[in-house]
Amino acid sequence: MQKIRSSEITPAAEYVAYRQTLSRRGLLGALAGVAGGVVAAACAPASSAADVQPAATMAASSTTAPVPTTAAATAAAPAIAATTASAAPNVDELGNSFTDYAAVTGYNNYYEFSTDKEGVAPAAAGFAVEPWTVQVGGLVNKPATFDVGQLRKQFGEEERIYRLRCVEAWSMVIPWQGFQLGKLLQAVEPQAAARYVRFETLLDPERMPGQQQAWYSWPYVEGLRLDEAMHGLTLLATGLYGSALLPQNGAPLRLVTPWKYGFKSIKAIVKIDLVAEQPTSLWMAAAPNEYGFYANVNPQVDHPRWSQASERRIGEFSRRPTLPFNGYADEVAGLYAGMDLQANF
Amino acid sequence: MMAHWLRRNWPLLAAHVGGWYPLASLLLDAGRGRLTANPIQYITLHTGKPALVLLVLCLACTPADRFLALRPALRVRKLLGLYAFGYATLHFLIFSVIDYGLDVSQMLNIVAKKPYALVGFSALLALLPLALTSTRGWQQRLGSTWKKLHRLVYVAGLLAVTHYIWLVKSDVRQPLLWAATVGVLLLARWPAASPLAAATRAWVRRQLTRVP
Repeated sequence: MQKIRSSEITPAAEYVAYRQTLSRRGLLGALAGVAGGVVAAACAPASSAADVQPAATMAASSTTAPVPTTAAATAAAPAIAATTASAAPNVDELGNSFTDYAAVTGYNNYYEFSTDKEGVAPAAAGFAVEPWTVQVGGLVNKPATFDVGQLRKQFGEEERIYRLRCVEAWSMVIPWQGFQLGKLLQAVEPQAAARYVRFETLLDPERMPGQQQAWYSWPYVEGLRLDEAMHGLTLLATGLYGSALLPQNGAPLRLVTPWKYGFKSIKAIVKIDLVAEQPTSLWMAAAPNEYGFYANVNPQVDHPRWSQASERRIGEFSRRPTLPFNGYADEVAGLYAGMDLQANF
Repeated sequence: MMAHWLRRNWPLLAAHVGGWYPLASLLLDAGRGRLTANPIQYITLHTGKPALVLLVLCLACTPADRFLALRPALRVRKLLGLYAFGYATLHFLIFSVIDYGLDVSQMLNIVAKKPYALVGFSALLALLPLALTSTRGWQQRLGSTWKKLHRLVYVAGLLAVTHYIWLVKSDVRQPLLWAATVGVLLLARWPAASPLAAATRAWVRRQLTRVP
């Protein structure tokens, strides 16, 4: 494993300060919500503890409140306790500690660089993410090409603490920064015929040497149903642990869908298209009987060759049971009402 | 004296070094805190792979003698088999004790439902009687049965490579290469391969005697 230079690690104090800044910003957002007559009582107790308690939790305590920093945001964004900074520092809403920064940035599945998880960071070191543009098009009224910096400016950046469950039965807890995918999609105005969103990773075998391996059909492609893409939990991440994404984590822009297996979270995105037909992802093409389109975390539906009932949280010794929808069932189970999850794995 | 001993026993020395090396390097990794962010998976893989490699080397001993006149290979066959069994046992103990904390119901569930686990476990079971009867005493006691019994090693080899093929995520090229190796070694035992073996052995002998 490559040693991470201490200069590359965000000092803990700086990161905590960053999170407090976010929480104050969050508080402002929540107050705006109050002004709008959304939640009043729910806010009161937390305001006195703004420095230690990110405001998001209180907004989340009401089901009608918008997530604070996205007060102006999109599409059916439910208020989700899971999404934003939690009450105690450095834990998710279930009380799980963040996974060590060194593990988050040193243990990665990213076959474009290496199939060795510890080999990704060294192989991706120096991968240039500037300039970087993302083409958003397909069945939309306003197709556009965005510079990543412009995306960040236009759609803002908020913190989301999410569990990441890999299909290989290990997991992490990661504080991401990013913006809701729904905001971007609304900006380009999907047409009525658009039913799915198709994402594509950069294709550049020179800079991504893993793409010279012909086993997989590069580039990496992933897809979401439009309602999944518009869901409030669905994030386009631009950073983690308070600093910009590193190449091994999918810089400069990656998808995060915390209730789905990690492979859905496509990295280094260059293209987002709204389409009518269900896209075929790289993993679906590689092994259609093993990797499905939905790939929702589900302890009841095993991988054909191994169990998904439990997982190892990186940094922990014992296995822990895997939760339906990775613990986000309250937020997302409704998306799949009436669907056979065994068949639509 | 030392040189004389080495000249006679280098195959044994090589087998012992090769047998201990994976464990030593694993312990060294552990000492340096380099078992990755997912240490249990790391030690599982790094005991499983040596078990497979040593088993394949063990399977290669007889063909090495028959086709390449590499007589010393026969002296390390048993050792390699025992080391392979040792790593397979460690691999299984890590899976059952460390990874699953001896949670029998969960393990049974996995072994029953997941073919790769079942096949891996069967490979270990196939090796067990071979390890137990590997002594000279048992060899004499069992007589001709011993030889038949020890053909189980090929079954173990086939099960082990199947186990490997079934546990990778998608890219099966490396496991298939190991499977092909086991297949070739198995074919080498076919009676029909005997003339070829005789020919290659004679050729190797000629090359060796030509050297002054």
